[in-house]
Amino acid sequence: MGLTITEKILASHAGKAAVEPGEFIIARPDMVMGNDLSTAGAIGVLKQMGATKVFDPEKVVIVFDHLVPAKDIQAADLLKGVRQWVREQGIALFYDEGRHGIAHIILPEQGLALPGDLIIGGDSHSCTYGAVGAFSTGVGHTDLAGVLALGEIWLKVPASIKFTYHGTLGPWIMGKDLILATIGKIGIDGALYQAMEFRGPALATLGMSERLTMCNMAIEAGGKSGIIVPDGMTLAYVKERARRPWTVYQSDPDARYVAEYDFEITGMRPQVAKPFSPDNVVSVDEVAGTPLDQVFIGSCTNAKLEDLRIAARILRGKKAHAGTRLIVIPASTWIWNQALKEGLLEIFAEAGAAVSTPTCGACFGGHMGILGAGEVCLSTSNRNFVGRMGHPTAQSYLANPAVAAASAIKGCIAAPEEVGA
Amino acid sequence: MIRGRAWKFGDDVNTDVIMPGKYLAMRNPELIAPYIMEGIDPDFGKKARPGDIIVAGKNFGCGSSRETAPGGLKAFGIGAVIAPTFARIFLRNAVNIGLPVLECPAAAAGIREGDLVAVDVASGRITDETTGAIYHAAPFPPFLQELIAAGGLVNYARKRLGLA
Repeated sequence: MGLTITEKILASHAGKAAVEPGEFIIARPDMVMGNDLSTAGAIGVLKQMGATKVFDPEKVVIVFDHLVPAKDIQAADLLKGVRQWVREQGIALFYDEGRHGIAHIILPEQGLALPGDLIIGGDSHSCTYGAVGAFSTGVGHTDLAGVLALGEIWLKVPASIKFTYHGTLGPWIMGKDLILATIGKIGIDGALYQAMEFRGPALATLGMSERLTMCNMAIEAGGKSGIIVPDGMTLAYVKERARRPWTVYQSDPDARYVAEYDFEITGMRPQVAKPFSPDNVVSVDEVAGTPLDQVFIGSCTNAKLEDLRIAARILRGKKAHAGTRLIVIPASTWIWNQALKEGLLEIFAEAGAAVSTPTCGACFGGHMGILGAGEVCLSTSNRNFVGRMGHPTAQSYLANPAVAAASAIKGCIAAPEEVGA
Repeated sequence: MIRGRAWKFGDDVNTDVIMPGKYLAMRNPELIAPYIMEGIDPDFGKKARPGDIIVAGKNFGCGSSRETAPGGLKAFGIGAVIAPTFARIFLRNAVNIGLPVLECPAAAAGIREGDLVAVDVASGRITDETTGAIYHAAPFPPFLQELIAAGGLVNYARKRLGLA
């Protein structure tokens, strides 16, 4: 019986020839990621464990994203404590203010997530790195401390679900639309404990930015991981970034899947997740005209350079609606600099947007665009649960950056063609 | 034996409502404990008492990996959480820090709000003392049972490091 790419990666990191879904393994990761919040939590647990040193400072990357620049005194003290610990541990892969960005974008961008890797991240959206053909999953800060101390983690081998995308992408259809349609179809726990393997002729035409968005939201269907078998597009992406060797795994033709779903995307309309769940998905046409207090273009899901280019193409020479705030937060310092050079930040500024330095910001209700009571937002982020972006009575709709840009101009939810795009 | 009143919640209770993002920078579980479940029921922290038991629908704890969600429930003194299924990161976090979680669809459906419930975590036996109904939660796989018996991941790691 054949193996999936997920089973092959897990077997190789557990020192086994093969593994089976449901099996418990002890695996050794290639890279461990902590962000400001999860690292701060892990530092306390490491003390309780009696661990004075991380297992290998070269396999640890620490990224400041949730609270940077420090939003208040509490955050400043938290960041200060993490900085000191990073210095003590001799961790060179440290993305502090000025180099910072959202971890899930920094790792692939900087060549720290590579095909065949096993990556454990102290954040739920660590499933993002599956886009380069890695097995990656999110954990809490006690697990993060455990893997930092021991260099190993227990994992239950997940069964895999195969998602195949057929057809041709229409204008303004992005990876966000494919993954929202997928989550809408299988539900918020449709892939609980399982690996989501994305493939198919339509997927093969998607660039890395779209693939990152799709794997990013695997967790929104309860998935343990999202993964895409590397192809020429993947290898071209990693070749210019990697600083260490990697391994390409394929899924065998006779690999086992617990379920298979097929999606025909020709003619698909942009998808929107309505409050209060990412699986509450409809076509943009069903919610068009919904008045908006705020549009947020940001987060690990949709604030990559390609996302900003698409938003800028629609916003160029136009203004955000007078009654609608537009907030743009590029996902990483590199992206911010590129967006500056390409004139994207100028387009956003002239459109009346508030453009910020990289941070998770409003996505998790932290800072930089919190919603007040009853306010309505359209966001390019990944979750729209009650209270996620601010007040419990605020509402968030989730969509792709093209829909976000068009909606900012109209002041209400709008398809891109409604603003002449 | 854990014994307390049942508080019922629906399906897909996510960590944003268990512990909203505004409390994420607060590191002390004791300080965030009063705000548990605030996103669903702002008064929950005032109404519930230590020892009480949360009985919820499927996929409890979905969404963010924030450990302040199970950490806050534990610090408040919630005795156990009973649900048909748990989101995987929440389940790992709960096991790691020693918050009892029990997967039991029958108990999650049968127990009513306010019932007095007794839970024997080791055996997985759940008794609804108000109705007399007895349920049995699915036993965790042996690997997880060992982790739970070790007292969570901190003790497990200390053993692996040769410190305990």
